[in-house]
Amino acid sequence: MSDFEKLINDFKQKIIEAKNSEEIENISSEIFGKKGFINSEFSKIGILSPEDKKKFASQINNGKQELAKVFSQVSSKIKNKELNENIEKEKIDVTLPEKEFKIGKIHPVSQVIDEISSIFSEIGFSVEEGPDVESDYNNFTALNTPENHPAKDMHDTFYLDNDMKTLLRTHTSPVQVRTMLKGKPPFKIIAPGRTYRSDSDQTHTPMFHQLEGLHIDKNINMGHLKGCLNYFIKEFFEIEKIQMRFRPSHFPFTEPSAEVDIGYKIENNKIVIGEGDKWLEILGCGMVHPNVLKNCKIDTKKFQGFAFGIGIDRLAMLKYGINDLRSFFETDYRWLNHYGFDPLDVPTNYRGLSK
Amino acid sequence: MKLTKNWLQDHLITNKTENQIVDKLNNIGLEVEKIEETKNELSDFIVAKIIKAEKHPNADRLKLCKVDIGNSKIIDVVCGAPNAKENLLTIYAPPGSVIPKNQMKLQVTKIRGITSHGMLCSEAELNLSDESSGIVDLDKKYSSKIGTSYFKNDNTNCIELSITPNRPDCLGIRGVARDLAASGIGKLKELKFKKIKNTFKHNIKVSIDKNKNQACSIFGSCVIKNIHNTESPSWLKKRLIALGLRPISAVVDITNYVMFDLNRPLHAYDISKIKNKIIVRNSKKGESFEALDNKTYNLQDEMCVIADDEGVLGLGGIIGGTRSGTELETKNILLESAYFNPEITRKTAKKLNINSDAKFRFERGIDPESIKTGLEVAAKLIIEICGGELSEVNIQQTKKFEKRKVKFDPNIVTKIVGIKVNNSEINKILASLGFVVKKRSKIFDVVVPSWRPDIFSEIDLVEEIIRIKGLDKLDSIYPEKVRLKPTLNYFQRHFHLAQRSVASKGYLEAITWSFTDETINNKFRENIEEVKIVNPISSDLNVLRSSLFPNLIYYLEKNLNRGFNNQSLFEIGPTFIGKKPGDQITVICGIKKQQTDDKHINDKESLDIFDIKRDVVKTLIELGIHKKETTIITNTPSYYHPGISGSVFSKDKKTLLAYFGQIHPGIISDSFGFEIFLENVVIHKEKFKNEKKSLNYSDYQKSDRDFAFLINKKTESQVITDIIENIDDTLIKKVKIFDVYEGENIDKDKKSIAIKVTIQSDFKALNENDLNEISEKIINTVEEKAQAKLRS
Repeated sequence: MSDFEKLINDFKQKIIEAKNSEEIENISSEIFGKKGFINSEFSKIGILSPEDKKKFASQINNGKQELAKVFSQVSSKIKNKELNENIEKEKIDVTLPEKEFKIGKIHPVSQVIDEISSIFSEIGFSVEEGPDVESDYNNFTALNTPENHPAKDMHDTFYLDNDMKTLLRTHTSPVQVRTMLKGKPPFKIIAPGRTYRSDSDQTHTPMFHQLEGLHIDKNINMGHLKGCLNYFIKEFFEIEKIQMRFRPSHFPFTEPSAEVDIGYKIENNKIVIGEGDKWLEILGCGMVHPNVLKNCKIDTKKFQGFAFGIGIDRLAMLKYGINDLRSFFETDYRWLNHYGFDPLDVPTNYRGLSK
Repeated sequence: MKLTKNWLQDHLITNKTENQIVDKLNNIGLEVEKIEETKNELSDFIVAKIIKAEKHPNADRLKLCKVDIGNSKIIDVVCGAPNAKENLLTIYAPPGSVIPKNQMKLQVTKIRGITSHGMLCSEAELNLSDESSGIVDLDKKYSSKIGTSYFKNDNTNCIELSITPNRPDCLGIRGVARDLAASGIGKLKELKFKKIKNTFKHNIKVSIDKNKNQACSIFGSCVIKNIHNTESPSWLKKRLIALGLRPISAVVDITNYVMFDLNRPLHAYDISKIKNKIIVRNSKKGESFEALDNKTYNLQDEMCVIADDEGVLGLGGIIGGTRSGTELETKNILLESAYFNPEITRKTAKKLNINSDAKFRFERGIDPESIKTGLEVAAKLIIEICGGELSEVNIQQTKKFEKRKVKFDPNIVTKIVGIKVNNSEINKILASLGFVVKKRSKIFDVVVPSWRPDIFSEIDLVEEIIRIKGLDKLDSIYPEKVRLKPTLNYFQRHFHLAQRSVASKGYLEAITWSFTDETINNKFRENIEEVKIVNPISSDLNVLRSSLFPNLIYYLEKNLNRGFNNQSLFEIGPTFIGKKPGDQITVICGIKKQQTDDKHINDKESLDIFDIKRDVVKTLIELGIHKKETTIITNTPSYYHPGISGSVFSKDKKTLLAYFGQIHPGIISDSFGFEIFLENVVIHKEKFKNEKKSLNYSDYQKSDRDFAFLINKKTESQVITDIIENIDDTLIKKVKIFDVYEGENIDKDKKSIAIKVTIQSDFKALNENDLNEISEKIINTVEEKAQAKLRS
């Protein structure tokens, strides 16, 4: 065995005997470093004859490869071992809480507005809006409710001036007037929004939400109205069987007018919508009164249609089992968390309304 | 409007059950609001159980009983009966009830120092038998009936209808019967009665003054003399009590009876109290009178009054006065049956804030042809019950009522309701409701009955026809799934997105009133016009909100009191900038509060301005407005902390997009909030809608260079980053502040700002020279433009 071979063997031994990554790093520079064994061996080549040069160089290269092979084996073994030892030591109590996050919520009224919009979108209605402050004309007169008429008593109105000409809208129906005055038929719109009546008790709040519907075209009759509301109610409550009753009523702005009741029963102190021996009024509707159409510059010889008004808060209460209307507007943190909806839970036609 | 089946059957021949009648009423638009057991004089007497009977502390013969009167109510009753003992089931009479035997009205009284609430009754006291030695001892089977009325009523219910304002005729039971008959549930009886002969001339002069806006156009009256006013007979009392009315005297009860029966309001005057004559005239300001509700009303000009030579007797069609009211001693009466104009009557009643049965009816429109019949029916009843003699009827009339005629094309029915209704059915329905139909070629001439002031035009007749035919007969046409235009417009889509964008950052959505407390609102109003509500629901909700903060802060504080120390709330909705329709803007407002002692184990840092700024910037980005398109201005409204708040404007500083910052500590402590102005966001975005560039990126080597500048303390960091960004956007890709330092080694009025600039060319790999050149340029430009100095 030449001296060189012996040195190689010694180094091999040294590598094999290395105990930890520090030793192995030291050995690495001792052998492969700038001033290490291999390089210093190469530097000896200069003084050799060309023949020996070649021979010795290949000897060094072989030796280097041999060492490198052993080194990589040993080094990875040590590193693995040390990694495992470290991992063993690193232990965190993962049952401690995660970093804080907050889940936001969408108010049930907003969610239900989105659900309703989604349903009416499917049958071609678009969304219109109007201002909360309205003129007496748009809120009453244009809607065929004359001055000093008892029908006004059904609406306890908030006024903004002493002449009672400016008010907070008592229903979303003025949006009908605005929509018809600014456009040309056909109209097929819904209009959700805030409405106001000076009324406050168990079942009334001074502000609530309504959804107006209006469909004006040639030959739209009461059968279309019935079909439209049948469709809506079935889709909204997401149940197959639901009893509905159209009951004649009176609103100054529609004629004939009707109210719609849905069937329900009480089971374990909870309202179950669908079938049963009890009726619950959920909306008012009718064929738009010719006087309203005339006030809105619509040719009543050519166009007619229906309108409806739904209490949004009431629908939300029924669908999601919320008992107290007033709680909608009390901003109780517990209530909002409990009844609110995840912001990613967007009602759509293709996904379905509720999760 | 209330009725009983019994009373209804005075006018309607029917073999239908109450349930069938109720269903029919609902189906023809006379909505049944509720059905209640009728009350009678004995309904007050209820089954009760003695829970405990102890000796009265101050009287040997009396007992102090604890009595269970149902509905988990236990009351104290002092009782002298020897058989009063524990667990006895008996009959209890509450305070206010009248004992049948002696007509004594019970009151809460002290008996030997102990308060007794009502009485336990013997059979004799209830006229059940002569047994008076002890109180009633009921069979065990009554133990399940504690709290219910002992005496069975007539097995008839009081049906309460919610009559829509267009149907005054159905405020009388006969009107309801007519509708029911038309619907096929029975036959309307003819209104037949034997008229009383008049025996003398009407001797009270009556006149209607020709005033402007005179509400009264017909005033009919008759005199009945020598009556013996008395308690009403049992049948009449029962009927009134069944509807919840209190019987008073025969004369008053009869006028009420006729009002409910025929919807014909009447008024009876005591002739001895009328001075000379009756004048129907308009009041003059300053006149006053005491009404039957025992209130004194001061009248204004032009209110319709019934007066005599002495002054006002009553308000026409609204309420009578005490001065001329009838009493049991009244001998001679004048009976009034008149027509008052609905609008004028309503106006007067509203001004004086009076609600009465008469007013309710007149403002809806009373049948002007019912004047005479009303007088005749009432006079007949009065004379039957009270005796006396009747005068001739005097009718003063200043206006003729013509029956309305409507031209009616029967084809319109199918056009509106969608199903075929043939002419014979149309004819039948209209006739049964009292319309007179004359066919003239294809168009009908329809004469409207005098009791239907709501019928003006064809469409009103369509409603009558389909209402009676039944809405259940309508087809249900499945909706067409065709869309004329997108469901949501551009603004609405952003509203929807903004709402969910803010919620996704951990905020709970609240919906609060659009109105708020003036004093709190003023703190947030700045220069915005105040919009007061003339008739607020309460004095602390008296203005429309100028900002969403007042209500959110109010509820945030309520939740703090509930123990929620860590809150994020938001609302999206209108704030009002004026009182004209449309003077409103849409704001998304968020508020955050974290109490420092309520920190999370893994959340080391407390809430600060940059949390709220992050929420605003991120929401704007989600709405499509990139940070680069905006700039921050440090001016904010006074409700923000002046030093810890900012405004986000469009880069050109023309459009205000949002405010953010700490809420002024004088308003609420340690709370941060923001307001995003949605209309502005959408207008801004629409302007730059099509400016989104196509994607270009460079794969050449990126280099970072760090700089630290000394700048004036007051210089905003944004100034420096703006300067650098504007030097050369082909090379400078990113400018990031990584440290701001004030303190040791730095002048008091200076701060050091450390910035990392990412440099990359789109066209080539930059060498050391290129990098040095641009670095040089950065240093020179910043030093020159911001009076800065590079720190070495």
